[in-house]
Amino acid sequence: MSDSSPTSASKRRHIAGLLDIRNIIGGLLAVYGVILTLTGIFADPETEKTGDVNANLWAGLALLVAGGGFLLWARLRPVVVPERHDE
Amino acid sequence: MTSLTVLASDTLISANAVDYLIVLLYFAVVLGIGVMARLQVSDSIDFFLSGRSLPAWVTGLAFISANLGAVEIMGMSASGAEFGLPTVHYFWVGAIPAMLFLGVVMMPFYYGSKVRSVPEFMRRRFGTGAHLVNAISFAVAQLLIAGINLFLLGTIIQALLGWDLYVALIVAAVIVLSYITLGGLSAAIYNEVLQFFVIVASLLPLTLLGLHRVGGWDGLTDGITQAANENPDTIPPADQQLNSWPGLPLTGFDSELWSVVGIVFGLGFVLSFGYWTTNFVEVQRAMASDSISSARKTPIIGSFPKMFVPFITILPGMIAAVLVTEVADMKSGETVAGGTGGEVTYNDSLLYLMRDVLPNGLLGLAVAGLLAAFMAGMAANISAFNTVLSYDLWQQYVVKDRPDHYYLVVGRLATVAAAVIAIFTATLASNFSNIMNYLQTLFGFFNAPLFATFILGMFWKRMTATAGWVGLVAGTTSAVLVAFLSEDAFGSWSTGTIPVSGQGAAFVAAGAAFVVDIVLSIIVTLFTRSKDPAELRGLVYSETPRADLVDPKEASYPWYRRTLPLAGVSLVLVIILNVIF
Repeated sequence: MSDSSPTSASKRRHIAGLLDIRNIIGGLLAVYGVILTLTGIFADPETEKTGDVNANLWAGLALLVAGGGFLLWARLRPVVVPERHDE
Repeated sequence: MTSLTVLASDTLISANAVDYLIVLLYFAVVLGIGVMARLQVSDSIDFFLSGRSLPAWVTGLAFISANLGAVEIMGMSASGAEFGLPTVHYFWVGAIPAMLFLGVVMMPFYYGSKVRSVPEFMRRRFGTGAHLVNAISFAVAQLLIAGINLFLLGTIIQALLGWDLYVALIVAAVIVLSYITLGGLSAAIYNEVLQFFVIVASLLPLTLLGLHRVGGWDGLTDGITQAANENPDTIPPADQQLNSWPGLPLTGFDSELWSVVGIVFGLGFVLSFGYWTTNFVEVQRAMASDSISSARKTPIIGSFPKMFVPFITILPGMIAAVLVTEVADMKSGETVAGGTGGEVTYNDSLLYLMRDVLPNGLLGLAVAGLLAAFMAGMAANISAFNTVLSYDLWQQYVVKDRPDHYYLVVGRLATVAAAVIAIFTATLASNFSNIMNYLQTLFGFFNAPLFATFILGMFWKRMTATAGWVGLVAGTTSAVLVAFLSEDAFGSWSTGTIPVSGQGAAFVAAGAAFVVDIVLSIIVTLFTRSKDPAELRGLVYSETPRADLVDPKEASYPWYRRTLPLAGVSLVLVIILNVIF
């Protein structure tokens, strides 16, 4: 362990929350979900490409569900990170 | 925007503001992860092995994501467009069994011996000869592959968004570099997990919409059958494209029996075990997990999503070959202008399918997914490279016995150097694409004998240090020799003495390497002195107490969190998939 940063290593606790990968995944998927849902509602659905499906809308809703699922999982089973173990 | 003629200077797709917003958001999150991971990194184990603290589902997804790069997505969709279903062998035969073997049999040695890299295991088991061969060939290969990944990434940004190739190369390299230098392996792994979900979120709609447009599975088979009947000279018969076995188009063999043998032993055994069980890029992900039980479960959990990746990579390729005019024309033997390189190739299949079925919005998500995949590949190569360079080469042979902090700095500098060299290799690849292909083939041959040496070394305590390096060198040499004697493994340099070509040649070369390595290792061992058994604890099966190889807590877990039942479920699933298709 280096002594150059005396404040850090010794009493560090991992902060879960934002650093929890599930929150990052859930957050990004949910934001993408919002963008695609709005695009699906307001923009041209380009049905000649998709074969008469509003693809943006459906994909957006699916992403919202998936993203929400990750956020919920992280909320219900939060990571309890122990103190650093230097063995 | 209804111009139907594709000019060479046009971009393949027309992205709008929403698409750019989605891509930019992705880049912002990737960099954000690097910065946040930076706050956690305090010593070299943190930087190189993520502090050995990650849960198994994270490392399991990273395990397959690290491999879900350029080769996987573009290559597998291209192969799907060209050969059809036999391409699934790269997954169901060429990956899953080896991943399960890694988790069940080999991982306890890697994790339990507390080595920090695969070459380090080599050094402790066989000494410096085999270690140097392994570490140097691995480090050089990673640089080369990182460059090829970067080059493909650059050409795709160029084709999709119209950026200049060099600007695209540098921007991509800087982004990958920033998050790895900042956060080390944690940042790479976090991003890989994120990338996995973005890739699925972008390729799944593409596949579903494509399948919808082409008229479902029946429409797809009808389309493939019709194209094959109309062009019997250029397209393999439809029943060969629509059944995974015996896979004649894939191997290039004439005999069904030899095709099956080639796939099972060449691809399924030698090539895939060599790749998945000894490649440090993959094994490093498992080493970052929080216990020996998680380490063993890493490749096994990864095998479940891996099983279904063909449905979002190979299937879109097959759809593109029916639905996209350019790809269908090219498949029937015509030369079509367009694509990423001026002329349409199978590698462009996925991009054309995106253009034809995705509306703006989903298009941006698909571009983000592709960029994610390419950066995942490159980041994986670079993070494995910096570990091997710092621990295995620098600390071992150049500057020894410095404090931990020193090697952390070396690791960061190595990362910067690797990114710069990758830009250089990428520009090289743009000028000499054939040579790069052959070099990649060549490095593939370093993997084939590795598995032979590892497995013999782990289970036969008498095997000597000399046998270790002699086997490796002789095995690699014989693979290269076979490649030169084949019809086309090294292009015009191959002599054609042995009548095998395409993937079949690679299978035969790998098989030769394996056999030569085993035979020579046994012979050399009989004439040299074995290591003291006391030094082999944790490295060789018979010298290691059983308790060192298992997690004491594992027995208390429910069945779905234990290694062996999970591996069994995975094996059964993959056999079912093989029977259905």
